[in-house]
Amino acid sequence: MDGNLYKIIGGIMSKEEIDIFQSALVAKHEVLNEDEKIILLKNLHVLEKQFPKIKSSDPAVKAVGAKKGDLIKITRVSEIAGTSIYYRVVVN
Amino acid sequence: MKIKSLEFKIFSPKMIKDMSAVKIEQPELYDADGFPIESGLCDPRLGVVDPGLRCRTCGGMIGQCLGHFGHLELTKPVVNPLYGKKIYTILLSVCRKCSKPLVDEEELKHMKNPMGEIYKLKKKSCPHCGEKQKELSFSKPTSFREGKNELNPEEIRQRLEKVSDEDVEALRIKGGRPEWLILTILPIPPVTVRPSITLETGERSEDDLTHKLVDVVRINERLKKNLELGAPDFIIADIWELLQYHISTYMDNEISTLPAARHRSGRALRTLIQRLSKKDGRFRGYLSGKRVNFSARTVISPDPRLSMLEVGVPEVIAKELTLPIKVNKYNLTEIRKIIANGPNTHPGANYLVRPDGIKKKITEENKKDISKEVDVGFLVERQLKDGDVVVFNRQPSLHRMSMMAHKVRVMKHTRTFTMNLTVTIPYNADFDGDEMNLHVPQTEEAQVEAEMLMATENHIRSPRYGSPIISCKQDHISGIYLLTKDGTKFDKKTAAELLMAIGLKDKIDELKNEVTGKELFSFLLPKKLNIEYKASIYTRTKKTEEFGVDDLVVIKNGVLKQGAIDENSLGEKKGALINILEQMDKRVAREFIDRVSRLSLEMVTKYGFSMSVSDQDVSDRAKKKIKDMVSGFEEESRKVIKDYESGRMKKAPGLSLRDVLEASILRLVGDASREASKIVKDDLTDESNPVVMMAKTGARGSYVNLTQMCAFVGQESLEGKRIYRGFTNRTTSHFGKNDFSLKARGFVASSYKEGLDPIEFFFDAMNSRENLMDKSLHTRHSGYMERRLINAMQDLHVGYDRTVRDSHNNIVQFIAGEDGLDPSKTDGGKPLIKLLNQG
Repeated sequence: MDGNLYKIIGGIMSKEEIDIFQSALVAKHEVLNEDEKIILLKNLHVLEKQFPKIKSSDPAVKAVGAKKGDLIKITRVSEIAGTSIYYRVVVN
Repeated sequence: MKIKSLEFKIFSPKMIKDMSAVKIEQPELYDADGFPIESGLCDPRLGVVDPGLRCRTCGGMIGQCLGHFGHLELTKPVVNPLYGKKIYTILLSVCRKCSKPLVDEEELKHMKNPMGEIYKLKKKSCPHCGEKQKELSFSKPTSFREGKNELNPEEIRQRLEKVSDEDVEALRIKGGRPEWLILTILPIPPVTVRPSITLETGERSEDDLTHKLVDVVRINERLKKNLELGAPDFIIADIWELLQYHISTYMDNEISTLPAARHRSGRALRTLIQRLSKKDGRFRGYLSGKRVNFSARTVISPDPRLSMLEVGVPEVIAKELTLPIKVNKYNLTEIRKIIANGPNTHPGANYLVRPDGIKKKITEENKKDISKEVDVGFLVERQLKDGDVVVFNRQPSLHRMSMMAHKVRVMKHTRTFTMNLTVTIPYNADFDGDEMNLHVPQTEEAQVEAEMLMATENHIRSPRYGSPIISCKQDHISGIYLLTKDGTKFDKKTAAELLMAIGLKDKIDELKNEVTGKELFSFLLPKKLNIEYKASIYTRTKKTEEFGVDDLVVIKNGVLKQGAIDENSLGEKKGALINILEQMDKRVAREFIDRVSRLSLEMVTKYGFSMSVSDQDVSDRAKKKIKDMVSGFEEESRKVIKDYESGRMKKAPGLSLRDVLEASILRLVGDASREASKIVKDDLTDESNPVVMMAKTGARGSYVNLTQMCAFVGQESLEGKRIYRGFTNRTTSHFGKNDFSLKARGFVASSYKEGLDPIEFFFDAMNSRENLMDKSLHTRHSGYMERRLINAMQDLHVGYDRTVRDSHNNIVQFIAGEDGLDPSKTDGGKPLIKLLNQG
């Protein structure tokens, strides 16, 4: 249903072709590599399960190709701090 | 012992019977002699409520015996009204004949929520026994119908009983057997839960619950008698239904479909559910919130002579509130003196606790003896005296400045709490009858903590906008402006009087024979202060940035060189002077605020400040100008309306033509008001006009208010639009239908000073009423919003690594507030330079 929706609206584009990060409303998402992940967890003295979560079905997660258990670094534009960095762990 | 887990279940009839101490059979409470009847609802085996008696079950006295449950055997079973819905879902999931789940076993295994899914399948017949299923309906709270027949609780219970234990598990029914949802035995709560009160007349007044239980028992007995007599079915059914009603209201007296059971006086009974829920229920009223000792509450009134750190406490209150003091060799003589004063002379003491823990009341008779007896190691409950730290609070406590620590000043002849006017802002208090609460921290730790964290001087800067909130207002601003504006001069005597008022006796010697207000003001400033900023009286009327006499405030080495002090120096949010002093030193800022507020009020009382109706007079020339201007705009509006009516109006994106008309008229009306404001501003140039002075300095009011008073009020609005409601297509019957003219839609062309005509007045009242309603609705909503936020965030904390975490150490934010800044330590949101330098 919503696959078709894209085709109808976009006319030419399919769902896969759309780069959601083009939108100003979608923050930058990056997958942390294993080393970065270990360092971050160590610095914050936390377990993975104490992290904020993000669903693997989230469009941004799919777009960066993250799997369950990956840490995602989200760089947002913030009115208060200019940019703010947030991390989330991918869950099912 | 550590609690590992907790399970909530439903009582089984056996459990009810097992824990029961009495079988209740009598609906009467007391016999003719006033003694409780055995097996009645006040049976002595249910516990004790009267002092001196012992419990017949456990032998405990009042306070020791918590009471014992009894039980009532119901003549016929009754639906538990709190579980009607649950019973319905179970009945729907189960065959009416064999009580097996209405799906194949295989299918059942795969269901996540069997009872939520089975009824959706709408099986016509049972897959196990083939029985045809009938339509079931449920109406709140307790009646069930199958087809056309009423299902009675007995039939329901039979069906539920037949559900096998395996099926109960397969259907994921938790908390016990399904038939327990139909009551056959009613637990009777102990009398301690429903104590009766003996009135002075000797009459007994029973608790609501007891009243309700009497009804239940009475009807139960009647049902039994009728059954024994072999009464006809319809009579039995009637009484049975009545029993169901009484038990339903016994548990919840606010079931919407049932009429509430009432007391003789007509008041609805407060039964089980009512005891727990809502604001005064067990949870919110007794568990989340509790009453406190060592607190006081009275009306507040102002006292500019007090410091913002102080609170004036009436002596009568100070005598009641006590502080436990441990006696040691250093304070022994002082404590002895205080005890010798007794409880009735002010700095006295009320209680003495000996080292062995025995507490003794100090009286006028024994005060001399106790004063001699007291020694190191004793504890004395001393009366509140000057300098004690107390917490002062005004509800609603919306932010942390609603509770601040003050130092006590005991006032001999007052009966109100008194406070400095500058702390009125954070408390949002006025003196039209407001009351405030005062709490006395009882330990040294608590006192020190209150003083260090909650003292008013630590809350000068608001965490909301990072600039002063404890600041000057109204007459403070007027007064200080009168003092510091250009041309204010005093002779030595008057100047000395003003200095005395703020406690700067030693500075009098420094006075010259003639002192300017600016020189006088400079006495309040620390020597190292250097700052330059624009005053609020500065308005950029001229094209070039040109400063008038007092427009620019310049302070050099603690001397006010030029500029008038007004809202931009001392006001809430703006106060540049308070702001910079707070950054230098909180105590300096506090002293400054105390003195400035005192000095300005002294000034304003000495020289007087008042406004009269004639202060809103504008010149005839300006009056004519305004009139012409208004009629010009009226003419223009008529043109726009004509355009609309003749269909010549231009369309605009996203708007109907009607919208376009409204938008352009609103723009016209707005322009008219702005224009009028300008004319008034240009006309009222007299610097000494108090109304203008208040508007310019920011003491009170604005040019908008001024315009409304002396030019015209302008457009009245309702729901953000011009006034449109009332009759069909018109506002009042004075106008034709679809009249869009200014006057017909709430434009008020009169000023408040001239007075409004009746129609204008009516529109004005509509607007005022809307504002009033909005205000009360808004406070209600934001109060509830606040509660929800507090409950949701109450155990979040900022860790030393600046992360925000909850009680499980789950991360909520990686840096508190995205920037890690505490806004109460910023200058309007920007970090304080001083703090940054410290690292």
